[in-house]
Amino acid sequence: MASTKAKILNLVLKVWRQSGPKSEGKFVEYPAKGISTDASFLEMLDAVNEHIIADGGDPIVFDHDCREGICGSCGFMIDGQAHGPLRSTTVCQLHMRHFNDGDKIVLEPWRAQSFPIIKDLMVDRTALDRVVSSGGYVSVNTGCAQDGNSIPIRKRDADEAFEAATCIGCGACVASCKNASAMLFTGAKVSHLALLPQGQIEREERVLNMVAQMDKEGFGACSNTGACSASCPKDIDLTTIARLNREFVKATVNKHNTDQKLGDG
Amino acid sequence: MSTLDGKIPAGNIEEKWTQYKFDMKLVNPANRRKYNVIVVGTGLAGASAAASLGEMGYNVKAICIHESPRRAHSVAAQGGINAAKNYQNDGDSVQRLFYDTVKGGDFRAREANVHRLAEVSVNIIDQCVAQGVPFARDYSGLLANRSFGGAQVSRTFYARGQTGQQLLIGAYSAMMRQVEAKQVELLYRREMLDLVVIDGKARGIICRNLLTGEIESHVADAVILATGGYSNVFYLSTNAMACAVTAAWRAHRRGAFFANPCYTQIHPTCIPVHGDNQSKLTLMSESLRNDGRVWVPKNKGDARLPHQIPEEDRDYYLERIYPSFGNLAPRDVSSRQAKYRVDEGRGVGSTGVAVYLDFRDAIHRLGESAISARYGNLFQMYDKITGDNPYKTPMMIYPAPHYTMGGLWVDYNLMSTIPGLFVAGEANFSDHGANRLGASALMQGLADGYFILPYTIGNYLASMKLDKVASTHEAFKESAQGIQQEVNKLMSIKGNRTVESFHKELGRLTWEYCGMGRNEAGLKKALTEIPKLREEFWNNVKVPGESNYINPELEKACRVADFLEQGELMCEDALHRKESCGGHFREESQTSEGEAQRDDTNFCYVAAWEWQDKNKKQVLHKEELHFDNVKLATRSYK
Repeated sequence: MASTKAKILNLVLKVWRQSGPKSEGKFVEYPAKGISTDASFLEMLDAVNEHIIADGGDPIVFDHDCREGICGSCGFMIDGQAHGPLRSTTVCQLHMRHFNDGDKIVLEPWRAQSFPIIKDLMVDRTALDRVVSSGGYVSVNTGCAQDGNSIPIRKRDADEAFEAATCIGCGACVASCKNASAMLFTGAKVSHLALLPQGQIEREERVLNMVAQMDKEGFGACSNTGACSASCPKDIDLTTIARLNREFVKATVNKHNTDQKLGDG
Repeated sequence: MSTLDGKIPAGNIEEKWTQYKFDMKLVNPANRRKYNVIVVGTGLAGASAAASLGEMGYNVKAICIHESPRRAHSVAAQGGINAAKNYQNDGDSVQRLFYDTVKGGDFRAREANVHRLAEVSVNIIDQCVAQGVPFARDYSGLLANRSFGGAQVSRTFYARGQTGQQLLIGAYSAMMRQVEAKQVELLYRREMLDLVVIDGKARGIICRNLLTGEIESHVADAVILATGGYSNVFYLSTNAMACAVTAAWRAHRRGAFFANPCYTQIHPTCIPVHGDNQSKLTLMSESLRNDGRVWVPKNKGDARLPHQIPEEDRDYYLERIYPSFGNLAPRDVSSRQAKYRVDEGRGVGSTGVAVYLDFRDAIHRLGESAISARYGNLFQMYDKITGDNPYKTPMMIYPAPHYTMGGLWVDYNLMSTIPGLFVAGEANFSDHGANRLGASALMQGLADGYFILPYTIGNYLASMKLDKVASTHEAFKESAQGIQQEVNKLMSIKGNRTVESFHKELGRLTWEYCGMGRNEAGLKKALTEIPKLREEFWNNVKVPGESNYINPELEKACRVADFLEQGELMCEDALHRKESCGGHFREESQTSEGEAQRDDTNFCYVAAWEWQDKNKKQVLHKEELHFDNVKLATRSYK
């Protein structure tokens, strides 16, 4: 809605341009003129791209899809902050009213070894999918479920599991961490399922497998700075990392004991 | 014109599906790995189908347009999913969900399909709970329900305002488990650009690898399209940017009939347009209408701020016109009434194209914290987008294209007019008639994927003798060449207008003439304008960059090219259907009170269109609809 408060901004974008994963990148500046404060950040980029195309240039590539903050496609660094200056907000939900006329805005892709750059601000985050496929589920085939209400779950636990499950897999946590750790992402998935009765059967194998995959993908160790949670658009809590550590230690010890017993037998 | 056979099994409606499941042929578990099934699209319908078929032992290839299946637009569904569990003991039943859906669809859906949907709805909830989907719960620890979209029972299950995302994570994780088990091969960032038909059967697809530009051939024994709807034909809609008709349209051009394209749903509660740069519209869950009151000023041009307008100068028009349903009147009805108020000059906001959705009374009655517990995330989202605080000032809303009931025609097996091509979820036309009820899209997508396709695909494969086909077959080569030529053509035009500008203009035409109100003169105008625009597109579009690497503009160009054809068919269908029904409102067909007037004598059928050559009129086929269990009646919400 065009609010009566809408203003027009003239800005300069300093954008990281890189044509492929192995090519050298550089910053290029573009003017962004006549931008309404009611526009979203991505709509501002659309307008800049229309100008670049009209001038015969190569438009800036970035991932985006739902543009309502839920699909997790968009995300890049704005002035050094993942998803920009607003807390609990994805880039697509960041609106230009949070910027001032004349601002120079620096845009960079997520920088992490496990997220190779595809082009410009677009990176490959399929490593996160592989962490999920290593164990982020309950192994239940279609058709064999009992009645939904036969598994009562304390509301407090259900709510906590839900909070962890709200992760949209955007990768901001990895990009904000100086170790490029995926502990918040993995911790959220492990927490979601560890808190629910449905997740108990595979609880230990799940955490061991997911952590192993996380390491295999080259994500770093937790830096304990909390930058991940601070930049998370869905406010995934740091307690999920604490739970991940606890679950991992417990599972490792139990596995060790079981292996020994089996070895003795 | 011919008459289409929906292949509805005989017998009582309550027993059709049960009996049919027994009658269908089975594929022996040891033989399933010999069959290759391609699933195009990895949203709710596609991911659930891929997971289920993989679990059964079929060789599945899943084609994902995104960089991860978890990004599919199913994530955006906020409100909930219906199921006839009757956990609330308030009179719900399979029969009632069936009845409500047939009636809500304005008697333009197939009874047998809808009944089956209502039957399997209960299994969906069980399945999702077992997967660990964190549905809302009561303090008893049992599943919570709410009433949604005008239903008179509480049958909607939800996960705060994120039901779609949580259900998708369930289906996605189930599919990723099959990826790990090597039952499903997941191909990322691929877009289907052609269907390959050999000996009259669907035998594979042609994809463009969006990362490398490579044109790929994929062979299969059956193909499932679960590629969503076509609301982006309107340019501005609540759909995500990648949502397109392309996969469905390419199948249509290969012989799959396209049914009821004029049935589009305009959702009543979206955030209004802010200006020319707007790229998409955001929906606010219609659960807001449970507590919000919709109004406009009584007097035209009332420039006062909303809180300055006293009670006697407000027109709570939904409560006034529909006293028994009030603010919960169905989507099509609510949307149309908002349009009337704006057309009367009583719209609000700086553009005058909006109405108020006011929580003042609910906050007064229940307190701010109760409202925050129910709608906190939605209020926050509204505030982020508009900069207004809905606790203090009413929201402004306006209808926006949201869902398309039309889609590829399928029979009871969910098989299109091309044997071996199945269509699931929003991409098919089957269950919602001319209007979809709230919280029914998630239900249908998962019903198709988890509980219907796994049976009907087996039946097809077991009944067919399928010769071995390789990707070196002439049909694959020819099709791949055709797609390469199309890409080359788009790159070589080097015109003066961006893809975006064509899409915007098409959106203006379709919204103006085939939006909330349609009439003969307007549709005829659209039918002369769209072909002209299409011609200009193919002579004057400007696609920058290269075709052998990631190129979002080229992807968009392919999609807009298809919308320029499909938009025309939508208008053609709207022109031929001279009645009003559901989301299709023909201004010539209304009662003296301005309500939609259906014409069951002449239009009680599914209109399925058959593609002819380019620039030739498509041929209409009909499937007559029979209502043996729900009596044809006029929908009334007064």
